[in-house]
Amino acid sequence: MDHLLARGNPGLLDWVERVGSSARNAWRALADVPTWAPLVVGQMRRLGVDSIPIALFIALFTGIVLALLSATLFIGAVPPYFVGALVGKTIMMELGPVLTGMALAGRVGANIAAEIGTMRVTEQVDALETLAYDPLSFLVVPRVIAGTLMFPVVTSLAVAGGVVSGWIAAINLLDLTSPEFFKGLRMFYEGRDIWFGLVKSASFGTAITLAGCLMGLKATGGAEGVGSVTMKAVVLGAMSILVLDAFWALVLLK
Amino acid sequence: MIQFCDVRKRFGDHVVLDGFTLDIPDGQTTVIIGASGAGKSVALKHIVGLLSPDFGHVIVDGRDVDEMDRVELMDMRSRIGYVFQSAALFDSLTVEENILMGLNRRGLDRATIEERVSWSLDMVELGVSADSMPSELSGGMQKRVGIARAIAVHPEYILYDEPTTGLDPVTAGVMNDLIAHIREEMGTASVVVTHDMRTAFAVADRIAMLHQGRVLQVGTVEEFRKTTDPIVRAFIEGRASGLDLSNIMTQQWQVPS
Ligand SMILES: Nc1ncnc2c1ncn2[C@@H]1O[C@H](COP(=O)(O)OP(=O)(O)O)[C@@H](O)[C@H]1O
Ligand SMILES: [Mg+2]
Repeated sequence: MDHLLARGNPGLLDWVERVGSSARNAWRALADVPTWAPLVVGQMRRLGVDSIPIALFIALFTGIVLALLSATLFIGAVPPYFVGALVGKTIMMELGPVLTGMALAGRVGANIAAEIGTMRVTEQVDALETLAYDPLSFLVVPRVIAGTLMFPVVTSLAVAGGVVSGWIAAINLLDLTSPEFFKGLRMFYEGRDIWFGLVKSASFGTAITLAGCLMGLKATGGAEGVGSVTMKAVVLGAMSILVLDAFWALVLLK
Repeated sequence: MIQFCDVRKRFGDHVVLDGFTLDIPDGQTTVIIGASGAGKSVALKHIVGLLSPDFGHVIVDGRDVDEMDRVELMDMRSRIGYVFQSAALFDSLTVEENILMGLNRRGLDRATIEERVSWSLDMVELGVSADSMPSELSGGMQKRVGIARAIAVHPEYILYDEPTTGLDPVTAGVMNDLIAHIREEMGTASVVVTHDMRTAFAVADRIAMLHQGRVLQVGTVEEFRKTTDPIVRAFIEGRASGLDLSNIMTQQWQVPS
């Protein structure tokens, strides 16, 4: 590192300097607790609680499809209680967090980027600065913290909803009894399944809210500029979910 | 005292300020005039560090803005009231909450804060609108709320960006009186950026004309009325001939900033 810097590689030096100053700014914004703390609860409600209906909607249908799908897969091959195992495992570990994350990348990411982007192009962000606020601590930190805390909550509800709808589908549409379904659900359940899903969803919450905030702050021009950063925030949020999903699988599923 | 020393600023290839030098003394109203796109807003944003110069210095009370650390910068900003061209009110907050935004950062006690809110709303004659949302107000009223928000913290300097642009002549006249009244009442130094000569003549102690990135002429209202400089004359009289319009022509589709 040292010799690269010494040789005067301007690109690298620039990059190191930028990363360093971003880290410093982020740290300073986090340290300004009195500014962001009062705003977190409101954001938790707006970004989290209000997202529960859409997350449940997705989970209910996913549960039904998974039950039917696993039944067609397993019939004649393995005991029917495997339906419970497959529904439980896939919803807890993968589909619950990822589908919820995808839905919220749209809902939450777009909401944040459009709001902050509009504030940027109408000079409200500049106005905050002239009133001696740091936009990072006032706008970004409360949203990122709220997203990181609330995504696991929303995801837990989605997981519960998905498992329940899978169970109801299994006993009504398939030749399966409740005891069989829950036998399969318990048999393959490991303690880490739940927290694996929750850790993932917390990281999705961080990534989506951060993408929304940073894109919003970058907006220039007028309505068109806001539209374009909103789109970028959704795409960036969705992509980071997929990357993080693979990352956590590599790190935690060894 | 605010000083611009040989400030240069460009965005990409577009040179906006090119050796801009101007002293803004305490206790006076300095008006910066110039065509749209001349760089007046850019100059104003340099004072509070929303933009930094590529070259040269902006000095507020003896300190270079670009060299201030975060704490100094915040302290300096809290001594300056900034009135934005678009008012830039926080649209999710009521009028009163907008004014509280600045006051809440000062560690003032409740009674003082309440007193300041009603005082600043009285100054701009909007006492009845405290609970309105900004979207319910007319453009002129929004600008007055912007002024109330800026003066509520009792700043040492007030910066006005195009305070009368987009207002009808009567409302613009009310705004000119308000700016003069605030100066009498509070004794603060003001910087008013405008292309409206009626505003300039109504409120100025001193006028500076910004043209092609630098100050073309500085002087009193009388000196400007009697000027013989062809470019300044053309601007004051609102004639296109003699002015370099290339800036204006390329700027007209951009959002004012
Ligand atoms: N943040 C920015 N990025 C790029 N160009 C800018 C920016 N701010 C201002 N400009 C350009 O600088 C020029 C001067 O703008 P401005 O200071 O807003 O003019 P005015 O004198 O009308 O206030 C304009 O051409 C504008 O497009
Ligand atoms: Mg302007």
